[in-house]
Amino acid sequence: MQRVLPIVVVALFILALVVVIFPLPRPAGDPGETLDYSYEKQLQLLQDVKRGLADVVTSKKRLQLQSGKLEQQLVKLETQARQALASGREDLARQALERKSAVQQQLQGLDGQVLELEAQQERLTASERQLAAKVEAFRSQKEVIKAQYSAAEAQVRIGEAATGIGEQMADTGLAIQRARDKTEQMQARAAAVDELVESGTLEDFTSDQTRLDRELAQLSSQSQVDEELARMKAELGPAERQKELGQ
Amino acid sequence: MIIRLMGEAQYRVDDSLRERLNALDDEALAALERDDEEAMDGHLLEMWQLVQSEGELLPASDLHPSDALIPPADLSLEETRQLFAEDGLIPDLPT
Repeated sequence: MQRVLPIVVVALFILALVVVIFPLPRPAGDPGETLDYSYEKQLQLLQDVKRGLADVVTSKKRLQLQSGKLEQQLVKLETQARQALASGREDLARQALERKSAVQQQLQGLDGQVLELEAQQERLTASERQLAAKVEAFRSQKEVIKAQYSAAEAQVRIGEAATGIGEQMADTGLAIQRARDKTEQMQARAAAVDELVESGTLEDFTSDQTRLDRELAQLSSQSQVDEELARMKAELGPAERQKELGQ
Repeated sequence: MIIRLMGEAQYRVDDSLRERLNALDDEALAALERDDEEAMDGHLLEMWQLVQSEGELLPASDLHPSDALIPPADLSLEETRQLFAEDGLIPDLPT
C-alpha cells in the first residue's frame, strides 16, 4: 500500500526510515551476527522502557507526596481559621481561609498532573509488554533462521523479521519519548514552584512555622493562660475566703 | 492490510475499509494544515474507532510490518509537528 492515508503515510515513512536505520546497523557480514546484534539492541530498548517507567513512577510519587502535604495543609488551615474565629480574630481567620483556597488550587493542579502521569505509566507498561512479546518472537525466529537457512536466504528472512520488530521498536521509542517529555514538564513545573517558594513570592505551605502559625499559637497560649488563670482563681477563691474567715 | 494504532497495537483490517479510512485521513491532514487540533483529533479518533471495531487485533508476538500507521488522537498539534519534524521521532534510543 503506497499512496493511501497521507497523514499515515508520513508516519509510515518516518517509521520506515527508523526501521531501515535502526535494527540493521551492519548491512554486511554474517547474518547470524546481524541477528544477534539486532536482538541486543532490542533488549537495550526494553531496558530503556523500564528506565522510562521508573522515571514516570518517581515523578508521580513526588507529586503524590506534594499533594499529601497540601491536603494536610488544608485541614490545618481550616482548623486555624476556626480557632481564629473563636478567638474573635476575624482578620486571621480570613487570612487562613485565603491561603486555604490558594492551596486548594495548587492541589487541583497536582491531581491533574498525577492523572496525566498515570496515563503515561499505563501506556509505557503496555508498550513494554508488546515489545517484550515481539522480542521473544524475534529471538525464536532468529534461532530458526540461523539454523535452517543459507547465508543468502537468511539475509532475506532477516529483512522481514527486522522490519516488523523495527517498527515496534520505533513505536516503543515514541512512547518512551512522550513519557519523558511529560515527566520533564512536570519536573520543570515542580521546580518552578520551588523557586517561587524560595524567592518568597509564595509562602512555603509545607514549612512548620509561618507568621500565621505563630500568631495563632500566641493567641491560643494567651487564651490558655487566661483559662488557667480563671480556673486557678476559681480554685483559690474559697481558700482565700476561708483564710479570711480564719483570721 | 495491517494497521498500527501508534502506541497501542496492530490490527488486521479488511481492504474494503481503505476508502473510509482514506477519506478520514484526508480530512485529518487538512485539519492539521489549518491548525485545527480539535478537528484533527476527532478524525483520528474516528479512524482509531473504525480500526478497533472492524479490525482483528494481532497478537503482540506477530512480527509483520504494518501497511499504515495511525497517530494517536491525544497527540497535540505541537507534538504532531515534532513527531513529523526531522529527527523528532526517537532521539533517545540506545545506540
